[in-house]
Amino acid sequence: MCLAIPGRILSLSADLATVEVSGVRREVNIALLPELKVGDWVLIHVGFALSRLNEEEARQTLSYLEQLGDLELPR
Amino acid sequence: MKFLDEFRDPALARKLLSEIRALAGDRPFKLMEICGGHTHAIYRHGLDQLLPPNIELVHGPGCPVCVIPLGRMDDALALARRENVIFASYGDMLAVPGSRGSLTDARAAGADVRFVYSPLDALKLARQHPDREVIFLAVGFETTAPATALTLLQAAREGIGNLSFFVNHVLIMPALRALLDAPDLRLDGFVGPGHVSTVIGLGPYQIIPRDYHKPIVVAGFEPLDILQAIWMLLRQLSEGRCQVENQYGRAVSEEGNPAALKAIEETMEPREEFEWRGLGMIPHSALRLREAYRELDAERRFPIPGLRLEDPKACQCGQVLRGAIKPWQCKVFGTACTPEKPIGTCMVSPEGACAAYYNYGRLSHLQPR
Repeated sequence: MCLAIPGRILSLSADLATVEVSGVRREVNIALLPELKVGDWVLIHVGFALSRLNEEEARQTLSYLEQLGDLELPR
Repeated sequence: MKFLDEFRDPALARKLLSEIRALAGDRPFKLMEICGGHTHAIYRHGLDQLLPPNIELVHGPGCPVCVIPLGRMDDALALARRENVIFASYGDMLAVPGSRGSLTDARAAGADVRFVYSPLDALKLARQHPDREVIFLAVGFETTAPATALTLLQAAREGIGNLSFFVNHVLIMPALRALLDAPDLRLDGFVGPGHVSTVIGLGPYQIIPRDYHKPIVVAGFEPLDILQAIWMLLRQLSEGRCQVENQYGRAVSEEGNPAALKAIEETMEPREEFEWRGLGMIPHSALRLREAYRELDAERRFPIPGLRLEDPKACQCGQVLRGAIKPWQCKVFGTACTPEKPIGTCMVSPEGACAAYYNYGRLSHLQPR
């Protein structure tokens, strides 16, 4: 219920989108996310796309973690 | 970028763990991960065994299946056993024990209980079976309440007369306040629920640092997310800061999901109070349908016992949910109470702490935590 697997939007129609989630295509309701476009990644809960995944934020988090410990200060 | 494997990179995990060890020193820390989804991610990936032993993870009440009290489960069963009803429910609820068996047992005895993945499936059932009464068991925190709300609005628009909702949506902040007001729980900080926050945003958490002087970091559900959130908490504590921070920037924004909040607001309102297993009666801690949608409210259309029932004597789920004991400290954990024959909800729910301990092998205190 709480765990959601990210899915990529393949096609859009009024309130529905075809999404590929771990290789499986399914229809989800997108009424809760007005400005979606094909190629966007979303989190799906119980058949509804609830949040759009921000790729830029994801990259920033990962690159931030990559530099961790590089500025190794003498402890 | 697939948003999954990248956030399970062992090399980055090792970096985070060495930072955590450096910051943690040897002083004891008690951090609560509020959401059952986090509890499971922690034990599935073995993060509890990677963290230094002076960091103790306390499991919170963020398991919407676990907190449903016995009496309320009997109300659901009473609805499911009614003549001419198709009772639609998420899979998580099917094995939850009522006082006389679970929904699965009711189905075995002839009730038409069906597992659905989405409330939209219940709407489909209502269209396909106009002669039957379809009742949907709506459970979950703010994460799943928007789905119920939108389905309900669609049913109302289409004038579907044979669908009703048995609403048990619960709210995270009232439960957290109840925990924070409890004297016996000494916590240093919180790992905040990632997917509830995609809906409610970060604002509601501000009372935690402001009124209770405890830091909270909203986290995603992959190993790196959880480790980074723990590291961010330790950094706050060591720098004497006390704030709401957002580790899960890729999915959670400051204002949450306005369309989802609007859908909830339009269809539901807080109940005066609601009983939570283990936490007792908590004011304004759950939702019910507004008067305007009484036709779609199963509680108004059908009689339910509405009794308050004590948990079975042997069950200590209440203490587990309050973070007072660890699952293996419960007398029946792993013996009389197992996922196959659960006594309490924390063992049967896929987000319950006991199910996490049992399924991922933390069977006794003799093993490393």
